[in-house]
Amino acid sequence: MTRYRIEWVPGSDLLVGFCFCGAVHESEDPVEMWAWLLGHPEGHR
Amino acid sequence: MTSFVRNQWYVAAYGHEIGRDLFGRTILGGRLVFYQTSAGEVVALADRCVHRRFPLSESRLDGDTVVCGYHGFTYDRTGRCVFVPGQKRIPRTARVPAYPVVERDSFVWVWIGDAEPVAQPPRAPWLADPGYTTVCGMEPLAARYELLVDNLLDLSHETYLHGGYIGTPEVAETPITTEVDEDRGIVYVSRRMADAACPPFYAKSTGIEGRITRWQDIEYHPPCLYLLHSRIAPAGVLPDGDGSDPHGFHVEVVYAITPETAHSTHDFWAVARDFALDDHGVSDFLAESNRTVVLQDVAALDVLEQVIAAEPSGYQELSINIDTGGLAARRILARMAAP
Repeated sequence: MTRYRIEWVPGSDLLVGFCFCGAVHESEDPVEMWAWLLGHPEGHR
Repeated sequence: MTSFVRNQWYVAAYGHEIGRDLFGRTILGGRLVFYQTSAGEVVALADRCVHRRFPLSESRLDGDTVVCGYHGFTYDRTGRCVFVPGQKRIPRTARVPAYPVVERDSFVWVWIGDAEPVAQPPRAPWLADPGYTTVCGMEPLAARYELLVDNLLDLSHETYLHGGYIGTPEVAETPITTEVDEDRGIVYVSRRMADAACPPFYAKSTGIEGRITRWQDIEYHPPCLYLLHSRIAPAGVLPDGDGSDPHGFHVEVVYAITPETAHSTHDFWAVARDFALDDHGVSDFLAESNRTVVLQDVAALDVLEQVIAAEPSGYQELSINIDTGGLAARRILARMAAP
């Protein structure tokens, strides 16, 4: 199932992105976060 | 900004709008005429006589056929011409396009595109569920549909644009979780407020006087259907362990976002609730309040459309965390609109 999730950490400006492949990424910029998620598999381990 | 998304289902009207009178409406830049047959089925045809372009919506019904009000060209429910004046031969090309229609959940959905429909429209079952009471309306929006998608995917604007109705400080202050189901093309945005002020929209309709636990769970089915699952309860009151929720108040806020032209949109809205089902006072209050809220959005987006139309191309927007869901919706719409 191809599902992406972005959680905004309460009390902070931090976004945590979860790719369907299990990779996790942190960012404070939603544009950069979507670019990382949709860039799968590049940069996903 | 993207362009129209074709080969999709769009809400053309509420079922109660379509009867035995011809009803014209522009959808994705094309003019359609709708009517109900004597058997009660809704028909959608192109609203232009093949002869001299006269609008069929300005014509008349004769049984289940449409008689052009200019020269009498007559069309059946499939769009086939069955009569032309003064001659027996009906030209082979005398046909107007007919559009697939599905009636469900109080909406009339129409398929816009050249391809055959590949699936049924998405559901909003509460609108026709006897366990809910629904108020609804449609407001014309003089703005491109993408601005309404942006608006609805980021509810932090409630705090600033809809204060005194549905907005409280906690909406803009509370972080969101965004999910995208790529396979089904659905965007989810969730905002869970554990201890929030109760805005008048919910205080007066539910009778809750103190602070509340307020959940906003958005489910956007691009391009047309937007669902906001809203749960209200006294602060700290959660659903039971088995998933039942006898102490929660549930409001299903439904929008259908149907482009009219490149710069205007049909803004269908409905509010379905599972409490005070027979209380007409609550219905009247929610109808008036939600229409006011929609008109606040309409006023803002109408202005925004003018700003965008006048600006030089290439203007660079700024996106922050509140826009995470809206960015996801934009991407899916762009993908769907791609040739």
